[in-house]
Formats: sequence, structure tokens, C-alpha cells
Amino acid sequence: MNDEYVLQLQHITKEYPGVVALKDVSLEVKKGEILALIGENGAGKSTLIKTCSGAVIPTAGKIVVNGKTFTSMSPQLAAENGIAIIYQEFNNVKGLSAAENLFLGNPIKKGIVIDKKAMEREAEKAFNQLNIKIDPKKLVGDLTVGYQQMIEIAKAIKQNARVLIMDEPSAPLTSAEVESMFKVCELLKAKGVSIIYISHRLDEIFRLSDRIVVLRDGEYVKTLITKDSHVEELIHLMVGRDLTETYPARTDCINRDETVLELQNVSGNGDKDISFQLHKGEVLGLGGLVGAGRTELAQMIFGAVEKTSGRMFLKGKEIHPKSPRQAIDAGIALVPEDRKRHGALLTISVKNNINMPTYPKISFLSVIKSRKESEVATYYQKNLLIKTPSIHQIVKNLSGGNQQKVILGKWLAANSELIIFDEPTRGIDVGAKVEIYTLINRLVEQGKSILLISSEMEELMGMSDRIIVLAEGKITGELKRDSFDQKTIMRMASAV
Amino acid sequence: MKSKVIRQLQDKAIWIVFLVLFIAFAIANDKFLSSSNLFTIARQVSMFGIAAVGMTFVILIGGIDLATGSIITIVNVVAAYLMVKMEFSIAAAIGTSLILATAIGALNGFMVAKIKMPAIIATFATQIIFEGAAYMLSGGTPIFGFDPAFKIFGQGYVGPVPVPVIIMAISFTVGAFILNKTYFGRYFYAVGGNEEASRLSGIKVNGIKFLIYSLSGLFAGIAGIVMLSRTNSAQPTAGRGFEFDVITCVVLGGVSVSGGYGKISNVIAGTLIIGILTNGMVLMNVSTYMQMVVKGLVLILAVGFDSIQNKNGLVKL
Repeated sequence: MNDEYVLQLQHITKEYPGVVALKDVSLEVKKGEILALIGENGAGKSTLIKTCSGAVIPTAGKIVVNGKTFTSMSPQLAAENGIAIIYQEFNNVKGLSAAENLFLGNPIKKGIVIDKKAMEREAEKAFNQLNIKIDPKKLVGDLTVGYQQMIEIAKAIKQNARVLIMDEPSAPLTSAEVESMFKVCELLKAKGVSIIYISHRLDEIFRLSDRIVVLRDGEYVKTLITKDSHVEELIHLMVGRDLTETYPARTDCINRDETVLELQNVSGNGDKDISFQLHKGEVLGLGGLVGAGRTELAQMIFGAVEKTSGRMFLKGKEIHPKSPRQAIDAGIALVPEDRKRHGALLTISVKNNINMPTYPKISFLSVIKSRKESEVATYYQKNLLIKTPSIHQIVKNLSGGNQQKVILGKWLAANSELIIFDEPTRGIDVGAKVEIYTLINRLVEQGKSILLISSEMEELMGMSDRIIVLAEGKITGELKRDSFDQKTIMRMASAV
Repeated sequence: MKSKVIRQLQDKAIWIVFLVLFIAFAIANDKFLSSSNLFTIARQVSMFGIAAVGMTFVILIGGIDLATGSIITIVNVVAAYLMVKMEFSIAAAIGTSLILATAIGALNGFMVAKIKMPAIIATFATQIIFEGAAYMLSGGTPIFGFDPAFKIFGQGYVGPVPVPVIIMAISFTVGAFILNKTYFGRYFYAVGGNEEASRLSGIKVNGIKFLIYSLSGLFAGIAGIVMLSRTNSAQPTAGRGFEFDVITCVVLGGVSVSGGYGKISNVIAGTLIIGILTNGMVLMNVSTYMQMVVKGLVLILAVGFDSIQNKNGLVKL
């Protein structure tokens, strides 16, 4: 029985302090099959495959490769045992040729000199085997992303990979490139190489895979035989959970006559032709999978990245935010996804963080009115219930939820009308989450407007008045609160 | 919390180091404690101290300014040239050369903020350029013969206190005021802690960098005027290597080389330490070369301490 499988993951569990990322997940890969691994954002796909490369050490469970059992892997062990992972970020050197990249780390040498000719010959052979046409002399930096990926695959095969794990391989590719990548996958399959294929694109999975493993919330859900399944079943398995968390109730405070933000055919930063309206007192949810272009859209509205075309209106007045400063002055705020890198200023105090965007307003000839500074900070510390020994505390020492509140306090002090929340509860414990939700409710009750980006389906549905779904930089659907449905959203997000 | 305790300890530690060194030199050499020697030290460190204010700002935002020495040189030569060869008044000569110093700083700021050049290379290049320019302007020979009134900035006294010490005290006060009382100071700490988060909080990061390098040029320029007035002669090598001492003063004063942390009060201690160290070694007949070795070691020690803290995650995340 065991001979049939080239790779088995048995009862893999991975715990982080306070979080279980993987709970008793098992899967098997047969020789020469393409196994698709699917699940929502945060389902545990990436963590699972990282246990195969040694990037993640499982808390419990076994990894069996060709009958050999391991409790954890390392990059070397993985390579020795024929496991190769193609990440979304390629592991190549752009200034070297295709051939040199293929032999990166163990070049063919003549004495102590690198034998370029021989490497180019060998590279040609390796590429021919996969039916790919790349000039081995060409610099990798001059090749398209599709070809760069082919080189990665060729490299893995040259190192005798028996199991190839591909993480969202089609994401950066054009449709023509996807076709050639599929051909290579089929070819490898025919040669007996097994592939674990991770993708959000369900249509690809149905075209390519033999079996499908579904994960949800870090747990194994089901294995399907692709030809006996269909999209609806898959979507049901991916999202099939009941809405458990309760979201604090909110009275409808939308003023439909007053449009706060309007986008007309806005493009740029990877997004194309985005149009929508956000009303006063409304929470507009932005749904979609990771990489759908939601954060990118937020960056454009906030002026962190300039849009390339289209028009943007704030309360009926056209705006062209070229910098966050301009957006802030117009009344737009962003609570960013990466709290520690982009949100809170960790090395300075709560007081300084809260006042940061507004210092010129509480200063005279650039000298800060320090009483005012403390008043504002104390007001928002009390108002938002920020748990800190004092307003002089360095923000780094606060918990995630309280850091998030400091960021929010900063925007309230700046009197922002439109607040964009990008994954506001990521990495925050449950109690603090509810507090953030309550705050969002309070904000709309006070007449603020909210754009809410969330990868947690429940949070998105629980908090939004309306949801717009993005996929690959385009709006693929819009739902009103009464027609919210996990499967519909999932279908829009997967663009099927 | 732990990091806070250690930070506070380190806060005081530099003054303890200063006291220990002070006592050690006082015991080792009886001339050290004489009032004339103490004034000599004060006058010597005044130039470092003035330039250290600008350098503190620069290092606070995670930058570096290697042009300080050559700004001092060019200010020496230009001010002297204007006074002696062009018959400028003292005020006009000082004004013009300080504008030049600020402009050189602004050039550094432009290259770092707008063009995104690494500060170490941009300021290294200006260092070489203006050292060369100073040499060309002076023809390689000293320029001297100023109006005796010009002596006041380097050699004058107000009561018992030397004028350069007063200029240093004013510089430190202005520096501390900017850092603690104005919102520019808040911006400096924010930018030094995290540039991108600062930008997303509405700070014009590029403008801040431009301002800081300009200020660093200005403070170096003031130090240059003091030096010219002290030596009464413009040497085309006047400021060579000066940035090394200034950087050492600042880093020894606990300003983190990766940015975000630092206080003027401790930079004063750092400056005084370099002052008594140099003076003490001279009194004890330590050779110039040995002094270089010692100063290099001190810099390694100061930066090493800072880096170990960074590595242990006590300072930055």
C-alpha cells in the first residue's frame, strides 16, 4: 500500500502560541498524479506545504517520503528526497543567464573555471526534455515571468525532484503562459513526477488535477476525485461552515443620499476599471482572495500609490491624492494590513502616535502645545479604551489589539471621514476583535464611512452593509446584505 | 518592559562612564584638573559639540553625514577668502559661508531623499568634492590676516566663559528644543523608527530628510567658523577627519545608528567623553597614532553596544 505513495503527510499539526494553524491534517500523493490543494485564505495550505520543505517544523505528525519517515524536514532533506517547491517568488538571479541559473549552486566546471559552453549544452537538453524553448544564453531578467517559472521547474527536475509542489503557479502568468505551464505539468506527470498544485482558480484545478484535497481553518475536510466532482461541491466544502461568531448589532445608519467616496473607472497598482460608491454611515466590505487587488485599491485611495487613470470623488469633490498627506487632509484614513510595519510607529509613545498626523494643528510656530497634545492622547486613550500604563508608553509594548486602537485613535484625532480598514483584526485575539467591531459600529453611527477589507468571510459578512468582490484586480460582483452568501462570494472571488 | 529598564540604565550609563574617565584622568595627571586645562577641554569639544547636534538629527533618522569635515574646511577657506581677498565684512563672510554650508547639506539631502542615494555614498562624494574645491580656492596655502574682531568666536570670553562654549551650549539647547518641543522632533523620531509607517501617518519623509541634512550642513558650518576664529588661519585641510570624531560623539551618546533612538543630553556626555579622552591622552603623552587607535576602538565599542542591543531585539523589532 505504501509503495503507491511517494509522499505522505500523516496527522500533521502545527501550533503557534495561541493559534492552531494545522490540526491533524493527512494527505497522500501518488506517483505521477496531480493533486490539487485548495482552501480559503488562511485554510493552512501554505503552512502545510512548508512542512514539506522544512520551512515549517510541525508540532506533531510524520512526513513519509518513499517509505522513509521523518518528523520534520529541512531544505537539504527535502532536496535529497526529491521534493521541490516552486514558490511565487522565484529563486533566481536576474543578472545571470538561463543556463547559469539552471546550474546555480553546482556549476559544471573545467578545473576551477566554470564551463559555460557545457552548461549551455546541458541546459538546452534539459529545456528540450520539457518541450520549452528558452535560449540558454539569455539573461533571466530579460525573460518573461512564464519562462522564469519554466527555469525553476527545469531546475527542480534536473535535481531529480519526484514531487513538485507549486504554490499559485498561475497567478503571475498570462493565459498563454498558463497553457504552456499546463503542458509542462502534463508532461511531468507522464514521466511519473507527482505534483501538488495549489491554486485559487477552480477552473484550473478541474482541468489539471486528478484528485483534490480540501482544507478549511487548518483542518482536513475531504479528498475528492476530480472527475467525479464539480465546482459547487468544491465551494461548499471550502466555505461550508456555519456562522458562529456573533457580531455586535448595529442599526442601519446609512445616509443613501450622501455619497462620501465615489470611484469612476479607477485603474493602477494592478487594479483595473474599479467603480463604486460608498455612502455616509455605510460599511462597504471588499471581498476577495489574497492578491485580488484589495490592498492595492486601498493604497490608491489613500494616496500611498498614485492611480494611473479614472476619477475619484470625495463628498462630490474630485480628488487626486498623490501622497498619504493629501489624502489625510482630505479626510481619508487607512488602518493598514501590516500593523507593525505600516500602521503603528512602534518605537515612539502612544501620545506621539495619536497626534502624529495632526501635530501642525496643535502647534504654534512648530512648537507643540504640550497640554493639548496630552489632552488629545488621553481623550482617545479613554474613548477607545486603550489598555496602556500611560500615554507615554512605547507602542511596541502594547498588545496587537491595543496597537490597532492607537492607530484608530490617530485617525479619529485627524477627524477622518472615511476610514479604510485593511484586515483590521488579523493577529488579534477574539476579545479584542469584538472590541474593534464595536468601534467600527460606533464610527458609522457617528456618521463616518468605512471601507472594510477582510479575508475572513465571516467578518466580512458580519460587519458589512454591502460587499464588493474583487478578483485579479477587477470587480466581479456586488452583494447587498440580505443576499450575502458564502458560496456566492467564493464564486465571485474565484472568478468562475 | 525589560527593554525599558535596560534603556534607562543605558541612559545613565554614559554619564557614569564620563565620571569614571574624568576621575581616572584627574588621578593619573595632576594638570588635568587645572582650570586652564578644563577650559581648554571645553574649547576643544565645542566644535565637536556644535557639529554633533546636526549629526544627531542625521543619525536619528538612520542616516549618516560624512561631509561634515569637508564642510568645515570649505567654510574655513571661503570665509577667509571672502574676508581677506574680497574684503567682505565679518558678518557678510560668515553669512555667506553658512549659506554655502547649508546648501551643501541641502545637496546631500536632495541626493538622499529625492534620488534615494545611500547616505554613506552621497555624503562621501560631497566630502571629496568640497575638500577638493577648498584646495583649489586656497591654492593649497593657508589664508590669514583677518580683522582682529573675528577672533571673538573662537578665542573670546564672556566673563569667564569662552565664547565657543557658549555657542556650543546654544547649539545643544536649540537641538534639544527642536527634538523635544517642536513637532519636527516628533517627526525625526518617527522617521527614524519606521519610514514607511511615518509616510502613511502623513509625514513628508523626503522633506524631513532634506531638512535634516541641511541642518547638519549648517551646524558643521558654525563649527567651521569657530574653528577658523580659533586658529586665525584657514587651512585647506582644516576639517579633515572631523566627521569621525563627531560621529563617535553622537554614537557614544547613545544615538542608535539604525535610527529612532537618542537624546541630546546624552550626546553632550558623549562629546565630553571624547573631549577628556583626547585631552587626557595628550597630557599623558600618548602619540597621535595611538590616539587614533584608541578612538577607533571607542567607536567600535559604542556601535557594537548599539548593534548587540538591536540584535537582541531590545531596541528595534
